[in-house]
Amino acid sequence: MALPNKPLGEIKAVRDPEVVEKEVDILIVGGGMAACGTAFEIKKWTDASVLLCDKAAMERSGAVAQGLSAINTYIGTNKIEDYVRMVRNDLMGIVREDLIYDLGCHVDDSVNLFEEWGLPMWKKSEDGKTLDGKAGQKMGTLKAGATPVRTGKWQIMINGESYKRIVAEAAKKALGEENIIERCFIVELLLDAKEENRIAGAVGFSVRENKVYIIKCKTMMVACGGAVNIYQPRSVGEGMGRAWYPVWNAGSTYTMAMKVGAELTMMENRFTPARFKDGYGPVGAWFLLFKAKTLNGLGENFAAGDAAKAELAKFAPYGTAAITPTCLRNHLMLFEMKEGRGPIMMDTVTALATIAATMSKKDLKHLESEAWEDFLDMTCGQANLWCAQNCEPEKKNSELMPTEPYLLGSHSGCCGIWVSGPDFGWVPDSYKIKYKDKVYNRMTTVNGLFTSGDGIGASGHKFSSGSHAEGRIVAKSMARFVRDNAGFTPTIAKSTKELVDIVYKPVRTYLDHCNYTTATDINPNYVKPSGMAFRLMKATHEYGGGTATYYQLSNKSLEIVMDLLKTMHEDVEKLAAGDLHELMRCWEIEHRIWTVEAHLRHIQFRKETRYPGFYYQADHPGQDDANWFCFVNSKYDVKAKTWQMIKKDYVKIIPDA
Amino acid sequence: MPSYVIQEKCDGCKGGDKTACMYICPNDLMVLDPNAMKAYNQEPNQCWECFSCVKICPTQAIEVRGYSDFVPLGSSIMPMLGTEDVMWTCKFRNGLIKRFKFPIRTTAEGAANAYNDLKGKDLDSELLSTEEADGYTLKAPNA
Repeated sequence: MALPNKPLGEIKAVRDPEVVEKEVDILIVGGGMAACGTAFEIKKWTDASVLLCDKAAMERSGAVAQGLSAINTYIGTNKIEDYVRMVRNDLMGIVREDLIYDLGCHVDDSVNLFEEWGLPMWKKSEDGKTLDGKAGQKMGTLKAGATPVRTGKWQIMINGESYKRIVAEAAKKALGEENIIERCFIVELLLDAKEENRIAGAVGFSVRENKVYIIKCKTMMVACGGAVNIYQPRSVGEGMGRAWYPVWNAGSTYTMAMKVGAELTMMENRFTPARFKDGYGPVGAWFLLFKAKTLNGLGENFAAGDAAKAELAKFAPYGTAAITPTCLRNHLMLFEMKEGRGPIMMDTVTALATIAATMSKKDLKHLESEAWEDFLDMTCGQANLWCAQNCEPEKKNSELMPTEPYLLGSHSGCCGIWVSGPDFGWVPDSYKIKYKDKVYNRMTTVNGLFTSGDGIGASGHKFSSGSHAEGRIVAKSMARFVRDNAGFTPTIAKSTKELVDIVYKPVRTYLDHCNYTTATDINPNYVKPSGMAFRLMKATHEYGGGTATYYQLSNKSLEIVMDLLKTMHEDVEKLAAGDLHELMRCWEIEHRIWTVEAHLRHIQFRKETRYPGFYYQADHPGQDDANWFCFVNSKYDVKAKTWQMIKKDYVKIIPDA
Repeated sequence: MPSYVIQEKCDGCKGGDKTACMYICPNDLMVLDPNAMKAYNQEPNQCWECFSCVKICPTQAIEVRGYSDFVPLGSSIMPMLGTEDVMWTCKFRNGLIKRFKFPIRTTAEGAANAYNDLKGKDLDSELLSTEEADGYTLKAPNA
């Protein structure tokens, strides 16, 4: 029989961990696509010392851990200006066009590297047939002019099961294994003790050994993805882990940056993708490659109907553009569901039959394989769900459902941190952030602190390739920053003991009280992170525009959820961790609570409904361009512990087509 | 779809320098019980079903069972990861079996060119290292 009070995990936490203190020039926090880009690029520009800390193992960390079936941003023969226009329209007009254009200049170089490293890319044969990544090699590389297989205008198909392994391999080789610490979870950033608003280091801990890391640095990039499991998911049993975005993304990027005073932008934006119900398998290939339509419960192609057109016209020019913005596609779907015309089905049967009518048996077999690969490359669980439901897509349609809300900056969402654009004449001054009269591309408003990928706000649709390219842009900026500020020595105000006390507080709380009760999880002196996670998700679900209310919230519900968050902030002080895995969960929930607070503060401030389909502010329905055609930024004052909400002017750089 | 470890097949990676599933799990779920020398999934409801542990297990001791809250019993999907391809066996609840093979990599493992000898020249330009080496010219928007 198990002993009472036995911690869940195998690696028990001890009261006094070993302390490892390091000082480097450049610190990279994160190990996903963006951080891999930085790791690949950085040593090409500087001999300065670099350290990368990843919460997991780079080979399979971040959003691409499972693989991907497509690269969603590849410019190719398109115009970068059109890429900016697409992103702007999808995100309802308010985006940082300088960042998006800049990313568009570099993204293909990263994609070309992926192919060189061994990522299989689909190609078009001379007679226009689709070749997979292996067969397609005979057509040459994309860089040499081979034609990729496009689904939409910007997406290209890949055989991407090992996408992250390949990208991480190059990153690790470029940076050197000796400059990487895996399973090191950085939890707080540290400002310099002598110079105002200057980054100086970070603290974290190992989830494998009782070890606290205190790392001083001259400059830093924090890029640890977006935020998942912040709203109650539609599945609350085992299926809670089947989040659409990686379940380990805890909002760490936003929280760590905001807690040192970095200005956030567009945190009101969120993403509630419509996906295959429960399995959350991708729909892009079904819409774009197989040309499938969605049907309401009455079997009507509602999105093509007159009512839908009239509804979309209310949101002109975005709603009337050739490609309907993602939030408005959700909006139409939700409208059907609320009117009792659900559930919404993806008509895979008709789509495959239509294509099959023009195909040989062999080609049809190939097509079936493509449909399954779409799931098996990036959402394996959806493939199993189809198997369990005896669902063959050519015989049975599947239900679609908009998910619980996610916060991110690299997909079809744009919340994140406000950063500097590049130092070009065409970039408005209001988009440039200077330190000692020099502009540093992608630097936050905290001097020396950079971010990329999901971390950067107001510039969505970078996806995997764009995040990698952006990480590389940051590498060069950081190399420049270190060169220009070589004389700087970081100083940390808090003592080693004080920092260890902060990081290991949940462990001490646990050890101080765990013997008081007979069951370790129920104790009046503390709360376990799993309990706190459910508390956060229940509050956001009910009052913060979760699925419970079809994403609707109001002034009053926001007031209530803000009160709930206040007590959560207080009770986080009583989180308890019996083992290192639980200590990781404690810090993740701390990060999630702060991120959610920023999200809801932004929604509270923006008195309109900019993204119908993602959320509805019932007291301020519809868009109010006269007052709100601007960015909303926020800044947490570290000393006063207060929030400041800021309206920032939007500048149109790329004219309409 | 939480991963599970088959008792008989797991040897705790005692022949290796690390427990493979514990090394790879992006969410720190797979742990080794050092007494039993067997791995297990310590938090099944946080499993993203990414199959990283299934693919890396040297003894094929790890499989997945669909999430109990919405997946009917009786199906399975199982990958075999090679150096160039992955082979999937998808078994339906009604017994139907489908097999698929997809490429995963066109180069040998470890062969990715990290351009370790490439040194950038102009740190003040906005060109990335390989763009600079290729003689790429940055565009400005047609505004």
